[in-house]
Amino acid sequence: MEAANLSSVDTTCCKTKIECKHCGEPAGENGFCCSGCEAAYHAAAEAHQSTIFSGLAHELEDGEYRLELGAEGIHCASCIRLIENALASENEVTYVRVNMTTERLSFSWKGVRERGDALSAKVSKLGYKLHALGDNDKHGETSETEKNLIRAIAVAGFAAGNLMLVSIGLWSTDAVTMGVATRDLFHWVSALIALPTVIYSGMPFFRSALSVLKEGHTNMDVPISLAVVLASAMSISEVMRSGEHVYFDSAVMLLFFLLIGRYLDARAKGKARTSASRLLSKLAGTAAILEEGKIKRVPIMELHSGMTVVVAVGENIPADGTITKGETEVDMSLISGETLPQHVQEDGQVFAGTLNLSAPFEMVVTKASENSLLSEIVRMMEVAEQGAAKYVRLADRAAKLYTPVVHTFGLFTFLGWWLLMGADWQVALLNAVTVLIITCPCALGLAVPVVQVLASGNLLKAGILLKSGDALERLATVDTIVFDKTGTLTLGKPELLDGDYAPEHLKLAASLAGKSNHPLSQAITRAYDGEIETLDVKELPGKGLQTEWDGKNVQLGSRRWCGDENHGGDAVLELWLAIDGKPEARFAFADQLRRDTVDVIKKLKKLGVDTYLLSGDRQVVADEIGREAGVDHVTAEVNPTEKSAFLKDLQAQGKKVLMVGDGLNDAPALAAADASMSPSTAVDISQNTADIVFQGEKLMPVYEAVSVARYSTKLVAQNFGLAIIYNIIAIPLAIMGYVTPMVAAAAMSGSSLVVILNAFRLNLRSKN
Amino acid sequence: MGVLAYLIPIALSLGVIGLAAFLWSMKSGQYDDLEGAAHRILLDDDE
Repeated sequence: MEAANLSSVDTTCCKTKIECKHCGEPAGENGFCCSGCEAAYHAAAEAHQSTIFSGLAHELEDGEYRLELGAEGIHCASCIRLIENALASENEVTYVRVNMTTERLSFSWKGVRERGDALSAKVSKLGYKLHALGDNDKHGETSETEKNLIRAIAVAGFAAGNLMLVSIGLWSTDAVTMGVATRDLFHWVSALIALPTVIYSGMPFFRSALSVLKEGHTNMDVPISLAVVLASAMSISEVMRSGEHVYFDSAVMLLFFLLIGRYLDARAKGKARTSASRLLSKLAGTAAILEEGKIKRVPIMELHSGMTVVVAVGENIPADGTITKGETEVDMSLISGETLPQHVQEDGQVFAGTLNLSAPFEMVVTKASENSLLSEIVRMMEVAEQGAAKYVRLADRAAKLYTPVVHTFGLFTFLGWWLLMGADWQVALLNAVTVLIITCPCALGLAVPVVQVLASGNLLKAGILLKSGDALERLATVDTIVFDKTGTLTLGKPELLDGDYAPEHLKLAASLAGKSNHPLSQAITRAYDGEIETLDVKELPGKGLQTEWDGKNVQLGSRRWCGDENHGGDAVLELWLAIDGKPEARFAFADQLRRDTVDVIKKLKKLGVDTYLLSGDRQVVADEIGREAGVDHVTAEVNPTEKSAFLKDLQAQGKKVLMVGDGLNDAPALAAADASMSPSTAVDISQNTADIVFQGEKLMPVYEAVSVARYSTKLVAQNFGLAIIYNIIAIPLAIMGYVTPMVAAAAMSGSSLVVILNAFRLNLRSKN
Repeated sequence: MGVLAYLIPIALSLGVIGLAAFLWSMKSGQYDDLEGAAHRILLDDDE
């Protein structure tokens, strides 16, 4: 519903211009100085609506085309219906389906490939932002692995249940009572169920173990595979020679529990990947270039320096360049983190990825998009990310220790029984294998994923999205937090301050401001909730808004243009309202702290965390905000490179740093930090880079995340402790040969349950 | 004990039916969009 309202496009402001709508020079009756400008204007105005998607469609067998796109802004049943009905009402469309969970839209149509552009434009016009799916986003590997795991779990669960049924029969009596023939029948039935299961459900472990062994390392999957294979093989030989004990149930149960852990793990990782890089979508569209007086649309990737590009209002600037015609205001927050748009005139520099706010202009490309500042930042970020990938997860470190220890125990058991005790080698092997089974890393395999799933579920309820599986572990070690200013400590948008303006002036200002995208105008619109007057407003880049009202000339804009030059106060965050050239009212704004910032900083300090403010903004502003928020250290006027260097300095001092930021200029720092968080209002690339994304207008999630991370890491450590205690009791028993299949099964499920129950204490904590 | 000869196969085949049903439902995409399904029930069919 709400989405439908967003669809109106912001070209209305230019209707009454006497100058050329495109370049601002004196124009004829049709509103343009020349036909070139007219063409450019129309092409550019439509630019951001019609991105070419049809090239991505793939052909189905019967001459149909299928297109799969990401769609942002699907919230409710009405959204689903709106999109599906809009497309289904077209004759050519044969299939349309919205997937709400993954925010995807797929549809097919008959006829020509290009028809897909019109269809996707139709959805765009409803107000849903469509974007091409990157390779990672597609129904590829991730969901396939997950599906395989679920299938394996289903099979293992089925087998474990039925094996238990048979096993209880075996345990509840003995061969004398039920007869050897019946026991053997039960054993054969067990083997029949267990063997296919082990082969099918064990595959994920076997595969990973083999590939790791080939490279000469070991991981957790090696002892798991070994235990399962040995247990099955030994049990088979026992069945064939009509032996007393089979361990099929243990082997299958082991697989079942571990697969659950593995699935939870994969899902946590998969989640991280579905929100993968959408930055490309900023540079994946097309740009309007001016060639021999004609407008042509070319893919942004094919831009090269020297080309003249026409940029419409509301469009992202496709490459770094210099303005040749026109002037405008550009939202540079992506690059500099500045709240206010910058006014750029002819010969001024503009950067790729920034947003053109107030007027269309022409520019000459100086750097193609792959050399642009934006791409440079992305590259810098990738480099930093590779550095951060060195982190070794707790479970992997445990596995490294665990594997040799357990295998040594197994070997000694075998040798001990065979050589020292003089037992048959079969008996010795049986005892050695029991050691491997009983020390099964169930607790280890479940300890981390269960805590992780509960913790991320808890955080999700608080509006905190955990993107990478090991983020919690890294977050728990943090002792220093670096905040960005705009959009992180503050809300990132200026708010109108109370002042000495009359209500009717506010009303008039709001009537003008409603027509503009400028952050200060929008602040006025937000602050005023009465009726507004319908006015014909025009926006003058770098100056402000102007209209005729009641026969008077009304201006709303900068001090230089229509304000009182002698007035005191900050000349940056203000707007003046002038009627017939006489300044009537001054509206002052401030980017305000999130409501709970002071509180959260205090709480974080209590946890023993050092706080920093790192901003690209002016020193005065940063100092002011820093003092208000109560952070320990303030550093201002730093560029993206310096930000990331600043973090590396802190890390070099041995500190574990959490970076909280929202701008593109923070992205390299986010990638370089030990852990990172972004508010959901952040630019895409920061959200993608950050380990954790939090929603809402509060800063509390930062504290919440840190404390949950610390607590859950404590629980994981406890779980490891429990697993160790369990092994200390179980291993000697197994070495001495006291562990029958029943004891093994009970011990294994017992230890798994204890670990899971302990993890659930996380839920108890959050209720208190 | 003769009763085992058909009880075990019956028990197993019931289990297999359940397993097959689950695998089929997964393959036919019934778990692909859990959130969407919850909302779609609010939509009228006749539109």
